Amino acid sequence: MSALFQFNGGVKPATHKARSAQTPIDTAPLPTLLVVPLHQSIGSQPRPLVRAGEHVKKGQRIGAADKWLSSAVHAPTSGKVLAVEERVAAHPSGLSALSIVIAPDGKDEWIELEPFDPATLPPERVREILRDAGVVGLGGAVFPSHVKTEAAKTRALEALVINGAECEPFMTCDDRLMRERAEGIARGVAIFRDLLRPRRVLVGIEDNKPEAIAAMLSAVEAIGEDFTVVPVPTRYPAGGAKQLIRVLTGKEIPADRRSPEMGAQCFNVATAYTAWRAVAFGEPVISRIVTLTGNVERAGNWEIRLGTPLREILPLMRPKADTNRYIMGGPMMGFELPSLEAPIVKASNCIIAGSPSLFPPPAPEMPCIRCGACARACPHELQPFELYWFARARNFGKTQEYKLFDCIECGGCSYVCPARIPLVQYFRFAKSEIWSRERDKASADAAKARFERRQAREARERAEKAERLAKASERKAAPASTAPNDAAPDETEAARKAAIAAAIERARVQREGVQAGNTGDPDATRREEVAGAGIGQCRAVDAPDAGQDSRREGQ
Amino acid sequence: MDFITPPYLTQDISIRRIMWRVLAALLPGIAVCLWLLGPVILAQLAIATLTALAAEGLMLRLRGRPLAPFLGDGSAVVTAWLITLAFPPLAPWWLTVVGVAFAIVVAKHLYGGLGQNPFNPAMIAFAVCIVSFPALMSQWPALDAGAGFGERLALILGQAPRLDALTGATPLDALKTALRLGEGQVGVAAATADRAVFGHIAGRGWEWVAAGHLVGGLWLMWRGTIGWRVPIAFLGGMTMVSGALWLWQPDGFANPLFHLFSGGTMLGAFFIATDPVTGCTTPRGQLIFGFSAGALACLIRIFGGYPDGVAFAVLLLNLCVPIIDLYTQPPIFGMKK
Ligand code: SF4
Ligand code: SF4
Repeated sequence: MSALFQFNGGVKPATHKARSAQTPIDTAPLPTLLVVPLHQSIGSQPRPLVRAGEHVKKGQRIGAADKWLSSAVHAPTSGKVLAVEERVAAHPSGLSALSIVIAPDGKDEWIELEPFDPATLPPERVREILRDAGVVGLGGAVFPSHVKTEAAKTRALEALVINGAECEPFMTCDDRLMRERAEGIARGVAIFRDLLRPRRVLVGIEDNKPEAIAAMLSAVEAIGEDFTVVPVPTRYPAGGAKQLIRVLTGKEIPADRRSPEMGAQCFNVATAYTAWRAVAFGEPVISRIVTLTGNVERAGNWEIRLGTPLREILPLMRPKADTNRYIMGGPMMGFELPSLEAPIVKASNCIIAGSPSLFPPPAPEMPCIRCGACARACPHELQPFELYWFARARNFGKTQEYKLFDCIECGGCSYVCPARIPLVQYFRFAKSEIWSRERDKASADAAKARFERRQAREARERAEKAERLAKASERKAAPASTAPNDAAPDETEAARKAAIAAAIERARVQREGVQAGNTGDPDATRREEVAGAGIGQCRAVDAPDAGQDSRREGQ
Repeated sequence: MDFITPPYLTQDISIRRIMWRVLAALLPGIAVCLWLLGPVILAQLAIATLTALAAEGLMLRLRGRPLAPFLGDGSAVVTAWLITLAFPPLAPWWLTVVGVAFAIVVAKHLYGGLGQNPFNPAMIAFAVCIVSFPALMSQWPALDAGAGFGERLALILGQAPRLDALTGATPLDALKTALRLGEGQVGVAAATADRAVFGHIAGRGWEWVAAGHLVGGLWLMWRGTIGWRVPIAFLGGMTMVSGALWLWQPDGFANPLFHLFSGGTMLGAFFIATDPVTGCTTPRGQLIFGFSAGALACLIRIFGGYPDGVAFAVLLLNLCVPIIDLYTQPPIFGMKK
């Protein structure tokens, strides 16, 4: 077993895991309605592939990855597409998201599945399968896995870290998955290993899950792999990707570096499992294991179809009467679902029914006494109270100096703060302020650049016109000149001719626009007129053009 | 439905609880005082506490702040108790009132209240009073005067003349005076030979008060309420300076043990310098802060004109906190070399 490293900070909240970890994973019944949001991963929103009225089969792709950094979504059962429209999303803001609403037909009829032997496929093909099967990080970060399986070009991968730590309190979905489907996980890990070719594979599991550790150990042995299963000390947030990489390899990935550049990459156990199902069985990600727990009569883990509205899973967990909120994710980093209509998505690892006694309203916020408890708890070794101070003062420059963007929003600082300051809220606020300012600045910069370009062009055109004007008057004066074989008049002559020709052409085009019948009339007199009118005509024709141009730019 | 934000779980901790722990940690020292002087120390604590709460309430009202959370947070009571324990135990009641009121009104609330004050309020009170009333602030009760509770209470309430028989100098002051008067003829050994005044190590009776504060402080450290860096560095600074001088001239300077257990060393190391609001926050900064405060306190008490140097040393270091913190920012995750 490899030596373990420490990460600084961290907290030890009560785990509340025992209740939901007792019973095996159960399958949730088919809901009466499915609302599948298209955008369930990091990256761009998949393009909808179906329209209202169409019939879809279970596993049919209904949203296609739009770019490389995007991931497909699929119909979780067979049925009829009722609508492709905005529906309330599983997001704290209560905003809606483009979703595909499916009425199940009850047949639960699969598309034809296309299984492969992972060992026989070229890596490119495997990545495509992962993308098209919608395999994303199921630990909650939902980063598309096929993108993460691209090895860094600059260095070989030293360690592939598989995250079975599950450090958030209440949550036991990975625990149960490891206990029950360890072999599938191990085979999925092998797929990632083949794509990334790391020197070693480390599976980190918090030591409060002995059954999961035992199951993983025997599964790894059963399939004859040399992965190392490592129990790690139970301390939140040991399951943060960066913390787990630190604990297992000693490497610290700073905020502005990608982990493969530092020789490590990290996947969640549930992600590995779905990768294996996707490649070896052709099954896309249409469901996930969700822990249902908290203030409920029945806590446990269920395999729930993506898109199942919260309302439909309440009968499974049977919330107690005083339940006043539902939290998606763990109690440390999760958020309150805005409505009972919000659907289960790929990021939904846990739903906690909350009550005033389980999550009491916070004590009034007191002033910071600089006790430093937050700094001692911060796994990224930041000085949260300094960040808080500057965020509150809206001194965002300073927050960045104090490394605001290294904050992973783990909530450890808020957890320990004796003054009950909602520190993480301040940090989220500061981050979003900075982002929106940067967006504003970017668009202001773009507008400024556009304006400057237009100004430059107009100046250039004015200069050219002035030049033409000067040359034309020179030309007028030329006949009086006694130097006919001077080069200059020739040049002015040419310029004048060109200008006139251009003017004629523009005038013609314009006239054509106005009087369509006039085309193809080589009107010699008109040409004379134009030529005679000279510069004046030119300007008259020119000006509107320029005006149109600038308007177009401005749009 | 009320709006709450993540994390939904929080540790069972509050400012009030921290302050109560600090008060509890002061009990051993108070118990020793009680044993030495009798219940008069409780009267003194009561006066200070009432003054602090009244001043705090008044200032909160004036500043338009809610009374309940702040009056209940215990921080004013901690300031009051620290002042009581730093002041001469038989100081007249009005001196205690002036000190506490000044600490709360000026040193705390005029700077913005809890968490905002750059200087330790208790030490501001001490400094202001010792500058304004040097004689009163230097009178420590003589232990064998045989005075009863009534006499001592009368003394506090200003109803009895302040007799020399009842009050004297602190051992620290007594030693300094003896050495000065002796003009190099009298060594430390001779000057501190009188067990009745100097006890075993640092002053009869008072060394036990210091020991009480040490016990309370170690308990706070064990509970994690205060870190180890500031107190240990403070005692280290005190030991280094006094030890160096003592090694250089054993006859001219008291040994480090004497300095550790006399005056406000223990109170300062565990209860004053550890005030989070006015101290350093970075680990290295805390070491620098504690060490410098301890060393400076020792220099001031040996070479300065006042009986003790802890207050001035801590206040000077309070002034340096922003700059120390700025230059001792620890490297963050992923940025270490
Ligand atoms: S834990 Fe809270 S009170 Fe303590 S320093 Fe941090 S923000 Fe301030
Ligand atoms: S939320 Fe941010 S600042 Fe607070 S402990 Fe976590 S990483 Fe540190």
